Amino acid sequence: MWKFDENNNNPALIGNNGDRLSYARLGEECRKLTGNIDKRSLVFVLCKNTVGCVVGYAGFINAHIVPVMLNEEIPEEQLKDLIARYEPPYMWVPSGREIGYIENSTIYEAFGYKLLRTCYDTENIKMYDGLALLLTTSGSTGSPKFVRQSYDNILVNARSIVSYLELDETERPITTLPMNYTYGLSIINSHLLTGATLLLTEYGLMQKGFWEFFREYGATSIAGVPYTYEMLDRLRFFRMDLPTLRYMTQAGGKLLPDLHEKFALYARDKGIRFYIMYGQCEATARMGYLPYQKAVEKKGAMGIAIPGGRFHLIDVNGDTVTEPETVGELVYEGANVTLGYAEKKEDLLKGDERNGVLVTGDMAQFDKDGYYYIVGRKKRFLKIYGNRVNLDEMERKLKAETGADCAVGGKDDHMVIFVTDPEMQEALRDRAIKITRLNPAAFYSMAIPEIPKNDAGKTQYRELEKYYVD
Amino acid sequence: MTNLEKYNGAFCEALEVDESKLAGLKYQDIDAWDSVGHMSLISLLEEAFDIMMDTDDIIDLSSYEKGKEILAANYDIEF
Repeated sequence: MWKFDENNNNPALIGNNGDRLSYARLGEECRKLTGNIDKRSLVFVLCKNTVGCVVGYAGFINAHIVPVMLNEEIPEEQLKDLIARYEPPYMWVPSGREIGYIENSTIYEAFGYKLLRTCYDTENIKMYDGLALLLTTSGSTGSPKFVRQSYDNILVNARSIVSYLELDETERPITTLPMNYTYGLSIINSHLLTGATLLLTEYGLMQKGFWEFFREYGATSIAGVPYTYEMLDRLRFFRMDLPTLRYMTQAGGKLLPDLHEKFALYARDKGIRFYIMYGQCEATARMGYLPYQKAVEKKGAMGIAIPGGRFHLIDVNGDTVTEPETVGELVYEGANVTLGYAEKKEDLLKGDERNGVLVTGDMAQFDKDGYYYIVGRKKRFLKIYGNRVNLDEMERKLKAETGADCAVGGKDDHMVIFVTDPEMQEALRDRAIKITRLNPAAFYSMAIPEIPKNDAGKTQYRELEKYYVD
Repeated sequence: MTNLEKYNGAFCEALEVDESKLAGLKYQDIDAWDSVGHMSLISLLEEAFDIMMDTDDIIDLSSYEKGKEILAANYDIEF
């Protein structure tokens, strides 16, 4: 995937703990690590934005070992379930992390990470040759479903990103998103491809250490989900002096049009490139982007297909929509459309089930110039802080765990749980927070006299909208 | 309401934490005090005291005690 040239002394990784690796050294460290592992084996990676984690990820991909990228803060019971389901022979985890419930021994350690050999047999794993990587669907409701990405998917998407973002080896992106999140990972993939320098920090935007690190190493770009931009706005970002900043990207949900405009105008005045983007884990990462020259003019737009990709809309009959300003379901075609899903170990043998076509589940329309606007979703899910949360799944879980008569709705960053028994209000909200492990600020509960249902007993979610639409 | 009551009220509401847990509380000590919780906290503090905080103060406010120091030193709020 990546050529870590032994003569390339440009820094590849700089961590805020002082770790620093040139491309030459990164190649060496990757080989030292992966020399301990059989090819085509499976490794669970608990991700943190550190040098150790990237050495693992890059090494595994380059050596054709398949990493499963998981949030380091994954609840133990979920991790336990995934381990039982996929039986990984290896794990790459932070050195201080103990995995008590399966037999394992540490066989290698570097940069604050350790390689565990578990009790599972490497012979046991049978995988499709093209399978490179497994990622969760940016969801946090604890579903064991993974997206299967191929080597070709990763390379094609990274090349496309390098081209439309005009990246070269002088870039220095700073981490603002987790590595197990497809958008965060796409930044690593594309910048390693151009030979740029990744600035890795575990500090968040709201911490002094983040901005000190940003300034010390001259970060050139920031990536964020809608909530990141709300935070930057709150931080009086527009008054900050950041002379090294070259470009900013936004994805992971639709930015409020007013905030889109505010950042677009700021960027234009400062000579910074501001890109709205669109993507899904199912398309490796990116599918669409709004060229920065159009950021002000096309307020609220998601943009056009990335180089090498193609969009079209289909109506309810599956026919192609040809008229502008007509809503249809968005379909994407390109070599970055992933292989499919895995829900159990046996699925890792499956080949390409999509053949380059992804029906996105997003409802969109295009204007007369061919720029696409996302207007809604076909499936019932919300993005909370950029994380996909399936509402039906949440509702099922809440009902199963509490027995309450409830319904779940809401809008992005604002989930509302409706319940008929006022005494259950708080308990349901607490459960939802525990299930998603997201900040409580996005969760609301409301007692209503009756959950609206039709004659067939189906919940009428439309009727609940009046409670939360502004 | 005293300034201390307003200050504590903002913490309790933004971070969904009991007043008895505030002393010594630091950023990331509890799940709710992450970047999202921090943003809610800043909003509530700004509203409670009718102030606009500077970037440096927002990112410097890393504990319950530090916040008091910042408000006292830079925004003339006495506790």
